[in-house]
Amino acid sequence: MDAADLFKALSDPTRRTILDELQQSDGQTLFEICGRLIMKHGLSSSRQAISQHLAVLEEAGLVRTRREGRYKFHHLDTSPLRSIVDRWPFDKE
Amino acid sequence: MRTTVLRINITSVWVDDQAKALAFYTDKLGFVKKNDIPTGDARWLTVVSPADPDGVELLLEPDGHPAAPPLKKALVADGIPFTQFAVEDVHAEAERLKALGVVFTQEPTDLGPVVTAVFDDTCGNLIQIAAMK
Repeated sequence: MDAADLFKALSDPTRRTILDELQQSDGQTLFEICGRLIMKHGLSSSRQAISQHLAVLEEAGLVRTRREGRYKFHHLDTSPLRSIVDRWPFDKE
Repeated sequence: MRTTVLRINITSVWVDDQAKALAFYTDKLGFVKKNDIPTGDARWLTVVSPADPDGVELLLEPDGHPAAPPLKKALVADGIPFTQFAVEDVHAEAERLKALGVVFTQEPTDLGPVVTAVFDDTCGNLIQIAAMK
């Protein structure tokens, strides 16, 4: 993962909304994520488009997928964000 | 001039085992058996809601076609329910089903006009329960 992947992933409002929803409830199926985006946020993206957004987030390390038996869940991983604060620290006391 | 009105009297779920499905859909979900007619190597097996015994029947249909299992598997992997049932209170129903050992892939979720949850029917499908607010 390089910095470009991270900033590209964060640059899209739909992808930021996906992160918001995973922050609220971690470990969601693709179906649940789509339902939340459509019903709560009025987004009209197709399931395939959401799937592609998730792939970009996963590429940037912000989302991890976990297979549990026959199900696949998506989890938020905020650890890549540390590189941003390390690069531009906001607390220099 | 004659007009006809089509009525929806049946819907189906593809199940991997009819006996297991009947047990799950009656013992756990609380539906009651309506029709059970031998048809060759399978059964015409339907259940109804006790709240609407003359209403729409749910056909527990064998998933014997070779294309069915891969489709079901792909839907389950993405968390997509095969069909949906209405309940009064999604949270209460989810608690009741969990106590019976039913596995949920989506916890009760408030989606604005509707609350939904998704569980595994143990016959190769995910099922959504929903309550309009």
